Amino acid sequence: MQGLDIGYMWGLVPVILGYVPLTLGMALAGMACALVLACLLAVERVARVPVLDRAVVLFISFFRGTPLLVQLFLFYYGLPRLVPFLVNIDGVTAAVIGLTLHFSAYMAESIRAAILGVDRSQWEAARAVGMSEGVMMTRIILPQAARIAAPTLVNYFIDMVKSTSLAFTLGVTEMMGAAQKEAAGSFLYFEAFLVVAVIYWGIVEAFSFLQRRLEHRLGRAYSR
Amino acid sequence: MISVRGLTKRFGDTTVLDGIDLDVREGERVVIVGPSGTGKSTLLRCLNFLDRPDAGTITIGDLTVEAGRATPAQVLALRRRTAFVFQNYALFANRTALGNITEALVHVQGRPKAEARARAEAILREIGLADRAGSYPAALSGGQQQRVGIGRAMALEAELMLFDEPTSALDPEWVGEVLDLMRRVARQRRTMLIVTHEMQFAREIADRVIFMEGGRIVEEAPPERFFAAPQDPRTRRFLARVSGGGSPARPAGRA
Ligand SMILES: Nc1ncnc2c1ncn2[C@@H]1O[C@H](COP(=O)(O)OP(=O)(O)O)[C@@H](O)[C@H]1O
Ligand SMILES: [Mg+2]
Repeated sequence: MQGLDIGYMWGLVPVILGYVPLTLGMALAGMACALVLACLLAVERVARVPVLDRAVVLFISFFRGTPLLVQLFLFYYGLPRLVPFLVNIDGVTAAVIGLTLHFSAYMAESIRAAILGVDRSQWEAARAVGMSEGVMMTRIILPQAARIAAPTLVNYFIDMVKSTSLAFTLGVTEMMGAAQKEAAGSFLYFEAFLVVAVIYWGIVEAFSFLQRRLEHRLGRAYSR
Repeated sequence: MISVRGLTKRFGDTTVLDGIDLDVREGERVVIVGPSGTGKSTLLRCLNFLDRPDAGTITIGDLTVEAGRATPAQVLALRRRTAFVFQNYALFANRTALGNITEALVHVQGRPKAEARARAEAILREIGLADRAGSYPAALSGGQQQRVGIGRAMALEAELMLFDEPTSALDPEWVGEVLDLMRRVARQRRTMLIVTHEMQFAREIADRVIFMEGGRIVEEAPPERFFAAPQDPRTRRFLARVSGGGSPARPAGRA
């Protein structure tokens, strides 16, 4: 067995790190959009608006029932045909749209469960003081549901960070793409992808640390 | 003036409220007593549509809502004319004591934040919790939480205040402070409909006592007469039981 070319790997680290902002950018954009969409989907699932409810159930079923990679290809190749002004859709946009829809379906289910986990007394008190259903949701129920769902949602975010690597298959030069290009010249593929793996690992560990801090804070909330 | 006609509520096959008729004058304090499971909570909860009545009409001031055809807007309007004090306090867990009181003032009544805050601070002083303004419900004792619950209801300035056994969930040590606050509210001549098992308290503050059983109003009378000379045998049985076997004909002996 050949030894690892540590020197090569070391030299590659700053190159790959240069693509971390793109990875985090896609993940943050996807997460922000997915959160908004998931809240809407979850509130609809709880309120069960006639007709709309069936569409939402179908949406969630499809995006949980098919692989993210397949969904990304569908958007990349399908959207330009469906929506004329998206003819020039680039890989990053397609990836963010795909991540948003895919993860919003999963997150909607955990937000829905969290909403239903908010104590009945909270709904009754909100209604008793005369709140409209919308005010009740935004002021009382969703903030409490957010606390319940937060740890799970952070897990989805971490998952999303890793899933951005699939944008590589849409021709985006992100961390994987950059490693591929570098290795094409040196033939040191294993070294290059090992660097990618370690950098992903580091990012995830950093967010896991923040997650533990967040959970600690949430555990103390409302107890002053 | 509150007026209820033919209020009926069924859960599945059981009729929990069986055509309740009830009038409450402005400023009147009406206490409802009766065995548990007879529909007292359901009556209060139907009055603000926390439970949807199946039949009957509810009139509060110039608003009349018909059970079968109440629109969401009417339900909201009804709820904004009533205030509810829950047995289990039901404070907003994500709001401080102050926030529990200001929440509806700002986000239901649309009052300016500063005004709502000033009003909530005045209420907190009145209920003796000015020093706990920044505390979340989880950090308050049961008695303190229920005082905030009552303060939240007071702040709304509703036309009708509904109290559903406000001391029943409390440890005995906190019952006194909550009843004291209720007496204070009663002295303010607000229109109150109170379900309670505290007979001495009922005797003190009620203008009228109602005895409910089996989803119906069995008997109603001013407290002196209600406790001294109950007419219906069911009322007498109930009073004998709650006064620990003593004769309800000699209520003064307990006072
Ligand atoms: N949500 C509900 N579903 C089914 N039955 C109910 C529900 N709420 C109350 N009941 C029944 O209605 C009856 C009256 O209940 P309630 O109004 O709570 O009585 P009270 O307050 O006088 O003790 C009871 O028999 C109770 O079991
Ligand atoms: Mg009850």
